[in-house]
Amino acid sequence: MDKKTILNQTHRDMGARMVPFGGWDMPVHYGSQIEEHHAVRRNAGMFDVCHMTVVDLHGPDAKKFLSWLLANDVGKLKTPGKALYSCMLYKNGCVIDDLIVYYVNDDWYRMVVNAATTDKDIAWMQEQSGDYEVKIQPRRDLGMIAVQGPGARDKALPLLPNDLQEQAAQLEPFSACTNGEWFVGRTGYTGEDGFEIMLPQEQVVDLWKALADAGVRPCGLGARDTLRLEAGMNLYGQDMDEDHTPLESGLAWTVSFADLRDFIGRSALVVQKNMGDTPHFTGLVLEGKGVLRNHQKLYAGEREVGEITSGGYSPTLEKSIGLARIAADAGDELQVDIRGRRLPVKRVKPPFVRNGKPLI
Amino acid sequence: MSTIPDNLKYSKSHEWVKDEGDGTVSVGITDHAQELLGDLVFVELPEAGANLSAGSECAVVESVKAASDVYSPVDGEVVAVNEDLADTPEAINEDPYGAWIFRIKLSDASQLDSMLDAQAYAAAVEAEDH
Repeated sequence: MDKKTILNQTHRDMGARMVPFGGWDMPVHYGSQIEEHHAVRRNAGMFDVCHMTVVDLHGPDAKKFLSWLLANDVGKLKTPGKALYSCMLYKNGCVIDDLIVYYVNDDWYRMVVNAATTDKDIAWMQEQSGDYEVKIQPRRDLGMIAVQGPGARDKALPLLPNDLQEQAAQLEPFSACTNGEWFVGRTGYTGEDGFEIMLPQEQVVDLWKALADAGVRPCGLGARDTLRLEAGMNLYGQDMDEDHTPLESGLAWTVSFADLRDFIGRSALVVQKNMGDTPHFTGLVLEGKGVLRNHQKLYAGEREVGEITSGGYSPTLEKSIGLARIAADAGDELQVDIRGRRLPVKRVKPPFVRNGKPLI
Repeated sequence: MSTIPDNLKYSKSHEWVKDEGDGTVSVGITDHAQELLGDLVFVELPEAGANLSAGSECAVVESVKAASDVYSPVDGEVVAVNEDLADTPEAINEDPYGAWIFRIKLSDASQLDSMLDAQAYAAAVEAEDH
């Protein structure tokens, strides 16, 4: 039986088509994935992300522990509310999960981890926390709604509790503010401005309905996927996973080797870096007709050089785009195999779209 | 609830077949199928002149999220393909029974008799949903 978020019945009432997703019963769209996609690029849309898990880390060793646990350096977080994107790695350097960590104060960091990986993430954190004075607390009492798009902040601000409105209006990108059980981050997964709002479960349905009344369009996981792909953002389980390191997944920028800080996976990544032939991670555009899909093979002439990790149709560009892992020496003349046909693809640097504008 | 016109025949794999009365049939995908697939963005057509057998994969419809095979409902030769769909795949979402995908010259007209009628197709869809 798939798990349900607190919004499950609301989605059904609003006409969503529900699908199984990583053990959850979630809306894929409410009629048209493409229209939902455009609503986010042009105005405002919202996503039920209550299936993701908020994890609080409290205690005097919280910083020291995260500094060991994460490949990116939480030491970069100096202002309360500031957020950092990082991977959590196994000792062999492969990715357990990608996450956002917010610095609230010296005794309190907050993380948001993926839905399907939550159990293994928490087990891993518990296992690693042995000697540290830190408490790992999954916050299943909180829900989360992402409001995204150029009009998202203006529409969401009046619906926040009074004592949060001004703080939220002043937020820098990739920062958060909090008051009581509400927590608002100027973060997201679509390449647009917006908020991710965490709040008590019992208030989630009211906020969702109020946002809808304010003109924020409910969007399903379908639009979330095309938006994040256009934004060039990796998806766990496709673009990175337990078999690949961040260096092979276009995420070298999230690994901080500075100051000789030791972290889980560091030595494996140093070895890989020194070898020098790490596969490249690239963006692709299909110029002709057709659709790039995950796992399609890539060729340079007759040589197989890699595969697509995320592929799909870009509603903004009206072309098919993808992310791919390819051999370091693959070159630029690439073809994709789509059901036995070889079609040329162009290498580009993601993101494909940012703040509503095509970048390729 | 999706539309299922009475004057067409259907396959369990969600193709519709229209008897053109001249030994050929037009084939497309049903309203139910396009609803399940969502926004269509690409159609890979069969080759004109290809010989198909019933049940063989012969075209592909791709929605934003996934590719789905279209099967030939009958044996025969492809005599026409709907080239307009190359530029307007969304026509299938807008008018599934108007947007034919290919036409086949039947090698065995009696195959139509064994296909589902509207009522039987409605029952098959119902059974699938439960």
